Formats: sequence, structure tokens, C-alpha cells
Amino acid sequence: MTTIAPAPAATREALGPTLIRLRQEGEDIVVFDADLGKSTSARLFAAEFPERFFTFGIAEQNMVSAAAGAATLGSAVFISTFSVFAEHAFDQLRMSVVQPKLNVNFVASHGGVSAGEDGASAQSVEDIAVMSSLVHCNVIVPADVVEAAAVVEVAAKTPGPFYVRTARPKTAVLYPDGARFVLGKADQMRDGGDVTIIAYGLMVERAIRAAEELAAGGIDARVLNMATIRPLDVDALEAAARETGAIVVAEEHLVHSGLGAMCAQALATRNLVPMEFVGVENRYGESGTWSEVLEIMGLTSDAVVAATKRAVARKS
Amino acid sequence: MVYEAKSGHPGGSLSATDILTVLYSKVLRHDPRRPDWPERDRFVMSKGHCTPVQYALLAELGYIPIEELDTFRRAGTRLQGHSVLGKPPGVENSAGSLGMGLSFGLGIALGARLHDLDSDVYVLMGDGEQNEGQVWEAVMAAAHHKTDRLVALIDRNGIQNDDFTKNVMVTEPLDEKYRAFGWEVRSDVDGHDLAAVEQALTWGRDVRGAPACIIFDTVKGKGVSFMENNLAFHGAPPSDEQFEQAMAELADGEAS
Repeated sequence: MTTIAPAPAATREALGPTLIRLRQEGEDIVVFDADLGKSTSARLFAAEFPERFFTFGIAEQNMVSAAAGAATLGSAVFISTFSVFAEHAFDQLRMSVVQPKLNVNFVASHGGVSAGEDGASAQSVEDIAVMSSLVHCNVIVPADVVEAAAVVEVAAKTPGPFYVRTARPKTAVLYPDGARFVLGKADQMRDGGDVTIIAYGLMVERAIRAAEELAAGGIDARVLNMATIRPLDVDALEAAARETGAIVVAEEHLVHSGLGAMCAQALATRNLVPMEFVGVENRYGESGTWSEVLEIMGLTSDAVVAATKRAVARKS
Repeated sequence: MVYEAKSGHPGGSLSATDILTVLYSKVLRHDPRRPDWPERDRFVMSKGHCTPVQYALLAELGYIPIEELDTFRRAGTRLQGHSVLGKPPGVENSAGSLGMGLSFGLGIALGARLHDLDSDVYVLMGDGEQNEGQVWEAVMAAAHHKTDRLVALIDRNGIQNDDFTKNVMVTEPLDEKYRAFGWEVRSDVDGHDLAAVEQALTWGRDVRGAPACIIFDTVKGKGVSFMENNLAFHGAPPSDEQFEQAMAELADGEAS
């Protein structure tokens, strides 16, 4: 059973310190930056290893293809900017990075609508769809700062491209210090037999809170942190369908093209059970504090509770 | 190859043939027996539709059997229509979407400098390719990082897909633009004068403190009279009759 610790921190805060540690441990880390390194925390690396930190200005396309070139020499190249600007370089990711399977790791912060006040243009509600469309690109969204650090380490040490979405706001810490991240494996945060709630990013905390509320009402919900969106952990998904008979997917992303849609597709040929979806419904966001925007967009534990009750009611 | 494949881009391959022949045979330090030699020089083909000339050179140099050229663009081939990194060994980058090669070469050059590798990087671009905004992002960044040992080669044949480049998008004066961004530039080099090409390439290789750009004046479809400066042969194969004539003319050119 996961308990939610206070000490909030943002997942984006894990990048710079983790890269510094990895370099200190001897990893061949190179960091390319597109003028948002203070926000993504990548710039912390520059203070320690200036010869390994390259500014590219506000020019994401060049940064991505250049990272691919540098990766051919064997370095683990990390690039970062806001997730909406990562989409700016889609074809560069596709042709320069992903097709040749180079070790370029895009850690994109300010993912989802929780970018908040900056409004619709700054809120990525489609990045998971965009990046998941890339063949053999690992797509990861950590649930807290501890997991984010573990994800950065795995990305550095795993050949091939990663897209890692981090978030702007400080959110709850769910994992104990030093917790490991296993690529491609769902992490069960809470066991339950009546229904499974699948979430990633800051929706994991909301899923846990929802499960606690549902338990008080007699519904025993399993919670899976599906931090790895690609490659999808189909085994955990299938087990959830078989063992709990209903699934809810909660995500900070457009419903029609996110993890929920991928899970439904995977289950359609295996064991389709009643499913419900909590996410952004065919719209863009707006300004507000991050928690206000989540409320406006319906990304709350209350919404997860309601969706879970619907899913359970549909079980035959 | 383009004739056999019934598709492809003969014009831009022929305009770059002399440049790449000199580069591969006289300037580039590489070893066909060790295509992954870490300290090799790198050639990045940014105009990835011009694979025929690169594949032909890799075959001549012993990276692949000459007979494999017949598989160009055919199902099961390693020789795809546009460049794929590592296919065959000797191809350093994936290309096809224009505008990315200079960035890719910049990344290699920065990495080589960081790792103390004694490697030079050459990137071949088209003049139409200069339309791409990403090229200018790379031009700016390469100068900012004082990326010497990065040599941009521009195959200025004056023709792009739909029309003459001057009618599609004015890119001139290219030399002044590169200079203004902080590059060392050699312009108006005759891309079909082998001695001039070699002289320019060694100049670019030896520039220090800044990236170098060489603008070659070339003839699209060079060596085949009916292809030369002909808009029709950017991306179309010759007919049976045209193929026979082209091969005869190229053979004459080789003999003379």
C-alpha cells in the first residue's frame, strides 16, 4: 500500500541533479539545451560540466538532429525543453533519432495541462499521442520526483530513444528514496479485485486517493502506475482485465489518442472488459493555477471515483 | 541504378558526382574494411535523395559489391531510395527529409571535439535545401560554437523539384549569408573541375576557429546532354533510349 508523503517536488526537478550524478559516476552524458534549461533543471548540469553542455538557442529542430549526430559517437545525449516545443521537432525525432535508434533522450517538462497559467498554447494534451506514434521510441511519464530520477538513469543506460514527460507543479512524493524504475513494467501501487485504475504522471496520486475513497464505499480498486506508456505492459493490462474485470484509465492527455485508447486497442484482441476513461475531452486548456486547470478539465480524484463506479456498474 | 529501379533522382546525383568522387578518394580519411573506425572522417549526405552517387562510390571503394547496386530501391535491398544510417555500412546518417544533415554533422563535430577524436565532418546539401529553416538554425549554432572541422558543401546546381531555385525561393547571396553568420566561405568553386574541388575541400578541412562552407557551382544532370540543366530529371528515371544515350555519353566523358 502506497502512502502519499508530503514534501512535494516537481518531476522536472529530477533531471539536472540526476545527470550530474550519472556523469560523476562516469557515464558519457552530453546535454543539449534550447534556452529553457533553468525551467527543465538541465542547466544545473552546465555548472558542473560546462564542456558537456551545449546551448542551441530557441531552435528545437537543430537541437534534435544535432543530438542524433552526437549520439553516433556513443554518448547518452539528453535534450530538453517544454513538451509542446518537443512536438515542434517531430520529423527530426522521427528521421534523425528514432529511425536509426540513437541514444537521444528527450526529457520534456511542463507536460500536460498542469503547465497552468501559460494557457492553451503551453499545455501539451497531445504529446503522448505524438511520441507514441514513433516506432520503438520509449515513452515514459514518471509519477513523482523519485521515479523521475530513476527514469532518467534508465534512459541514460538504455540504448535507443526516450521521450520522458515531466511536469511543472510540485506534486506529492509517492516513492521512497532510491526506488527503482523498471522499463516496460506497470507498478502496482495498490492491490484490489473489483476494478483496476491505470494512471500515469500526477494522475497516479489522484488514482490512489480515488481508490482510498472507493474502498470506504466497498469497491476494492487496484491501482497501476503505467509510467511506461511505450512499450506498453500488455501482461499487466491483461492480468488486470482478467482478475478485476473492469478498467479505468486516467490521464492528463486527450482521451481519444492517449494511453486509454492504447489500452483499449490492446485489450480488444485479448479480453475486452468494461472500460472508462478520465482525461481531456476533445478540447484545449486555458489559463489558471495548475490545480484550477485540472479541475476545469475534469482531471480530479472525484472524476476518477465517478468513472470507476460506472465501470464497476457495467460489469456483468 | 535509377534506370534499373525505374525511379529516383539522377540530376542531383550527377551534379554532386565530381565533388564526392574527389572527397572520397582524396580527402576523406576512411577505411572500407573498418566502417566503424572511431577516428574516421564523416561524410553526411543531407540531400538524401542523391543516394545513387553515394552508393556507387561506396561500391567502387569496396564497402559493398558492385552487383548490389542493381538492388537499389528494390524490395529487400539495403540500398533504399533515401539514406538510412548504417545501410550499407559507410552511410553515416538517415536522410530524405531535407534540412537535417547540417545539424546532424554539427552534432558529430561537437561530439568529436568533446571526445578528442581526430575527425573531420563534411556535409553535402543542395541549394534548394537552403530553403529549410533548420539549415539556418544549424548555421547559427555551428558558428556560435566555433565548430571547425565541420565543412558544409553546397551543390549549387540551380534546380529544385518544381523549378529553377531562383523561381521557387531566392536563396542568394548564399556566400554573404554564410559569412554574416560567422562562417569561412569559398564560393563560385567549379564543382566539375577536379583540381579546384580538391583544393577547396582541403582549404575547408584546414579552417580553424570557425566552420567552413564551400559553394560549388554545378550542373544538374552533368555529363548527360539531355539531362543537363533539365528540370525533368530532378526526380525521374530515363527512358530505355535515354538510358543508352546517357551511358554512352558518360563513357565518352570518362574516356576523355
